[in-house]
Amino acid sequence: MLDLIWLVPLLPIIGVVINGFFGRKMTLKAVGLVACTVVGLSFLVTLGAVWQLAQMDPGARAHEVILMTWIPVGSVNGNEILINWGFRLDALSAVLALVVTGVGFLIHVYSVGYMSHEPDYARFFAYLNLFMAMMLTLALGNNLLVLFVGWEGVGLCSYLLIGFFYDRPFDERTGLTCADAGRKAFIVNRIGDLAFLIGMLYIAFFFGTLNFSELPEALGHGSASGALLTGIGILLFIGACGKSAQIPLYVWLPDAMAGPTPVSALIHAATMVTAGVYMVCRMSTLYNHAPEAAAIIASVGALTAIFAATMGICATDIKKVLAYSTVSQLGFMFAAAGVGAYVAAMFHLMTHAFFKGLLFLGAGSVIHGMSGVQDIRKMGGLKEKMPTTYWTFGIATLAIAGIPFFAGFFSKDEILAGAWNSGNKVIWGILVAAAFITAFYMARLTYLVFFGKYRGDQKEWDHAHESPRSMTIPLTILAILSAVGGFIGIPKVLTGGKDINFFHHWLEPVVASGGGAHGGEHGAEVAHSAGVELLLVLVAVIVASLGIFLAWNIYKTAGRSERLAKAAGPIYNLVRNLYWVDEFYERIILRPFYRMSAMFTAFDKWVVDGLVNLSGIAADITGQFVKLFQTGLVRNYALMFLLGVVAILFYLATI
Amino acid sequence: MGPQHYLLVSAILFALGVIGVLTRRGAIMILMSVELMLNAANLAFITFSRLHDQPDGQIFAFFIMTLAAAEAAVGLAIVIALFRLRETTEVDELNLMKW
Amino acid sequence: MELVAFVILTTMALVSGLVVIRHRNKVVAALALAGNLVSIAGFYLLINAQFLALLQIIVYAGAIMVLILFVIMLLNLPDESRRPGVGGIQGVLGVLLAVAFVVILGMALYNATEGSSFPAATGEFGTVESVGVTLFTNFFYAFEAISLLLVVAMIGAVLLAKRRL
Repeated sequence: MLDLIWLVPLLPIIGVVINGFFGRKMTLKAVGLVACTVVGLSFLVTLGAVWQLAQMDPGARAHEVILMTWIPVGSVNGNEILINWGFRLDALSAVLALVVTGVGFLIHVYSVGYMSHEPDYARFFAYLNLFMAMMLTLALGNNLLVLFVGWEGVGLCSYLLIGFFYDRPFDERTGLTCADAGRKAFIVNRIGDLAFLIGMLYIAFFFGTLNFSELPEALGHGSASGALLTGIGILLFIGACGKSAQIPLYVWLPDAMAGPTPVSALIHAATMVTAGVYMVCRMSTLYNHAPEAAAIIASVGALTAIFAATMGICATDIKKVLAYSTVSQLGFMFAAAGVGAYVAAMFHLMTHAFFKGLLFLGAGSVIHGMSGVQDIRKMGGLKEKMPTTYWTFGIATLAIAGIPFFAGFFSKDEILAGAWNSGNKVIWGILVAAAFITAFYMARLTYLVFFGKYRGDQKEWDHAHESPRSMTIPLTILAILSAVGGFIGIPKVLTGGKDINFFHHWLEPVVASGGGAHGGEHGAEVAHSAGVELLLVLVAVIVASLGIFLAWNIYKTAGRSERLAKAAGPIYNLVRNLYWVDEFYERIILRPFYRMSAMFTAFDKWVVDGLVNLSGIAADITGQFVKLFQTGLVRNYALMFLLGVVAILFYLATI
Repeated sequence: MGPQHYLLVSAILFALGVIGVLTRRGAIMILMSVELMLNAANLAFITFSRLHDQPDGQIFAFFIMTLAAAEAAVGLAIVIALFRLRETTEVDELNLMKW
Repeated sequence: MELVAFVILTTMALVSGLVVIRHRNKVVAALALAGNLVSIAGFYLLINAQFLALLQIIVYAGAIMVLILFVIMLLNLPDESRRPGVGGIQGVLGVLLAVAFVVILGMALYNATEGSSFPAATGEFGTVESVGVTLFTNFFYAFEAISLLLVVAMIGAVLLAKRRL
């Protein structure tokens, strides 16, 4: 099975071909079946391959399948660079591949029910399968360039899927359509991609290889200058900012909610946005040797975490709240990677896929049941009408808040521990505050949607119903995973000193290799006592509970939240309008750019087109002139003839 | 009297023929000027034939004469047909192929 | 003796040539052309090409000129008018070019054969026998072809001049 991992990205492509070319003539059932089957098969192949991988010796737990030689660059700067098209399954890519295929499969099944009323059913599944293929290429690629192909591919699919309902308007204030939202996502992504590409080129030039099997050794050599490594690290991280929506390139994610909800669940919660985290963990050796870059990552991550969390407090669209939550949680992951706790980052990536995917699918279920209403001010008391959605959503909320012993608790706790142990207490403090706000806004969301009095139109209430089984079964499965999925990463302190942290052991060889002076979890485990760690756990739990309690109290009483908002005055206004960041970008960056574009358009229209037209006009005028020679009189022609003869004679006589 | 004199005469006669083709307006006049040109060419051929003491030039002049006869016959037939159509043989009247 | 004949013949040829291209009356022009053809025949005789001289008179002056005169008389065309016709510049330009032409050509030919003279006259040159032998052995195919051409021309002339096809 290990040798067949190239099937994993390929199977969804088959789905794309079938659904893309023949989908319109197939029944809805057939389309859904094809799409879900290929992803399901990919999941099974991945499972089998990982099982085989697990039998291998931990130190050498990696298997590569090279399909063909892609770019034999030759000798550059003294190194022989060879880029293959190959796939690599090691501990790190195994985690991501399993998450992508597993959660992806569940979301495909969910989409069968969710999208059944929409036109262009086959196109949706074709795009969705294409996304899966690209994401798996990214996850399983054996060198940075194959990863980049997948990187770009998911960017493209993100654009296609966000703008799926291409001319549906999605923002009344600005009059933009969903296609515009897709474009925004793609362009902001591109900015990051440019930095990524430059970073990759630097690596290729100075270290002579892009293969993951050779990079740790090449980078950890110790012979490269710190400035070079820091520069590359920053460039790669900017790329990750674009893809994983960190400051300052996060602005596309809230607008990406214009796409269908399964898309938001798959792409913007579970998989694509985590590509940045995966990439940073993959390049852990680099960041171990470039402490300044790692510090920047940690700072940006922590800042994003709290910044986005605050925006979630005031949002009124159910999907937008979850979007800001995603940005914030990604900030957590990057902060973890920045302080050296790569295992914690990947752990949180996995649990986040479970509960955020569940939250989005639950939101989709709510929207589906409410006939398209997304404003939480028009909801309330839905727990009677949609029980399954209610309790799965509730489990996800508890998980993301970090309540013991749900999945999010273990991963978030590990991140906080890693931050504390790295010595950077400020980062730890910011993350704790962000965790508090996270608990707050998630509780707020749950309460406003499912509890209290219904505040919307009577028509929707009458029509509100629980979603079909194709939607609720994935919800249930994800709820179970959110509840117990964390147990594979129990920290030592909670097991009374017994080290059964399976996840930690699984990933350790991959991300700790390369040495380096960056402590992270390693040095930290020695430097403190179990007591301190237990205290940290307690702090996290208290903070989470406080957040939930506060939110419950505020929103239980009608009107209390409005009074608080009025009291906060200008601050509330600032947060409600998302700190005017989009407007800032528009004014400072986009307007001058549009002006420049207008200039170039004018140039194109007048100069370039003018030149082309000029040549046409010149041909015309020449024709008009030559036309005068055609008099129709034979004598004139004879004269021309004679002229020619004399000319030739003259030439012959004088040579 | 060397060959150069005969050739000079031939050249002048040829030029006269050319002028005739270009200035005359009647179709038959033009045909006659063409005959003049052909004769001048013939004279040149014969001269060179004599110069190199080969009969080939005379053969060629012979063929030219035959051709001239055929061409005159056909050309005059065309002139007659044209006259029947247009009532005139002036070539300036035949200008339908202008732009 | 030869010089005198040459001068007389040259004058005849040039004068009749000028008449052909300038005279308004078509019949006069035709007759002048006949005179020109005869003087060319004279030239041939001077060069010892007696067969072709006779041929010139019989075919050219005898047949072709008669044909032309027939057509002129048949069509009964008026004299050519004095109007300069379309594009007076045409005539001037034509004359100039023709003059340039003759200058270049004449000078080229003259200089090419400067100083050479005819070889001694052999009894063989220009006789019917020599021409005939060459014609029917070396140029046999051309001979056949030109016969075919004459047939074609005949058919063509008949067809073109028919009143009703």
